[in-house]
Amino acid sequence: MGAGHGHRLHFHGHSPVHRAPAHLKVLALLGFMLIVVATPREAYAVFALWAVVLLGVIALSRVPLTYLLPRMVVEVPFAIFAVLMPFISHGPRTEVLGVSVSEPGLVAGIALLVKGSIGVLASLTLAATTEPQDLLRGLQRLRMPDLVVQIMGFMIRYLDVVTAELGRMMTALRSRGCDPRSPRHWPVLARSLGALFIRSYERGERVHLAMLSRGYDGSLPQAGKAR
Amino acid sequence: MSVPVLEVQDLAFAYPDGHQALFGVDLHVHRGERVALLGPNGAGKTTLVLHLNGILTAGRGTVAVSGLPVAKEHLKEIRRRVGIVFQDPDDQLFLGTVRQDVAFGPANLGLKGAALERRVMEALDRVGMADFVDRPPHHLSYGQRRRVAVATVLAMEPEILVLDEPSSNLDPASRRELADILRSLDVTVLMVTHDLPYALELCPRSVVLSRGVVVADRPTLEVLTDDELMGAHRLELPWGFDPRRIDSLPA
Repeated sequence: MGAGHGHRLHFHGHSPVHRAPAHLKVLALLGFMLIVVATPREAYAVFALWAVVLLGVIALSRVPLTYLLPRMVVEVPFAIFAVLMPFISHGPRTEVLGVSVSEPGLVAGIALLVKGSIGVLASLTLAATTEPQDLLRGLQRLRMPDLVVQIMGFMIRYLDVVTAELGRMMTALRSRGCDPRSPRHWPVLARSLGALFIRSYERGERVHLAMLSRGYDGSLPQAGKAR
Repeated sequence: MSVPVLEVQDLAFAYPDGHQALFGVDLHVHRGERVALLGPNGAGKTTLVLHLNGILTAGRGTVAVSGLPVAKEHLKEIRRRVGIVFQDPDDQLFLGTVRQDVAFGPANLGLKGAALERRVMEALDRVGMADFVDRPPHHLSYGQRRRVAVATVLAMEPEILVLDEPSSNLDPASRRELADILRSLDVTVLMVTHDLPYALELCPRSVVLSRGVVVADRPTLEVLTDDELMGAHRLELPWGFDPRRIDSLPA
């Protein structure tokens, strides 16, 4: 794929990890995640091993960690929950740095944090090394139902369009003295999101018309393979 | 004359909510013609266009494309013959790369492999976008997207190209480039537009639709200089533009 880079998570490169077939990467990620989740909570040495494996793959892909780490912020809500667990759980107490915490809570919290982080980092690695179009084709090869793959394709295609539309609506709101961050203006915000939904829905209808006009009959042709 | 590429006879249509948009429209377009369809907002232009390839079904009257009536059993062939370029290229370009989008139509017609690839590259060549074949459409400029949208339809080798507001939202340079492209194509064109100078530049003949009926079907220059007609149907030339002062029109 030439100069066009797919999306914000993708890191352009030509490493073996980038070149590996997408469906194999998806399967590898899925298998890896199942193993990580199935690993007993307190087998810290095994988790360390999984982390080393993952870091090895990242090193092979030549995607810098400084690119991946900031993108791990999606994990923050889970991390907060994991940090809270030792304090809100019941059971025998133990002392950590002079603070009394619940022992099962501590174990569960650490396990959640470790499994979560490995999972997020592994998913980011897949996203960083695979173009969205290849990912879709990979899913198709894995016999993902055609309709689901089509819907995902449209989502990728129109994410930018809808985001840009939302951005313009917000600019228009701000230009007329509305601050979308202030709770006082949340009703307006809610209505504009409603309007965005209607607009997107109508765009969907127009796209469908454009597809019908070019002979669409329910299944996308395998045009992607003509490359 | 031969069988017209497009033959609309006494077409009437009302939307399900009861709003009647067309009241008996007659329109003929012959091979090789470039015709502008003019009219104020709400005149029924888009409704008419959606009848041409059977998206909407006539309440009364008929539409035929090169003699083939627009009816359910011919829809596939009709949609190959009538290529509609919609106003917003983001509606028309819905796949991940320019190549996939241009291939969508011909692939639906059953083209495969090398023949499909050739068709795609030919269509992109005709609009000067062959270098962008592997780009995602949303990374192109608006003018480039409009040209790719034209290519997606050209790739189906239509007998008539229907353009809905082709010059809208284009900067003057893109607008001129598109005009050059449209002139260079050897296809019949029906162009829906509010851009009267553009109609004059590209289309020798104009049809004026107003309140669901055709009120004029004459050479474009004649239409634009008929002040009475223009005033009666909310058609206005941009300030400072006088078609009488233009002494030669591009072929």
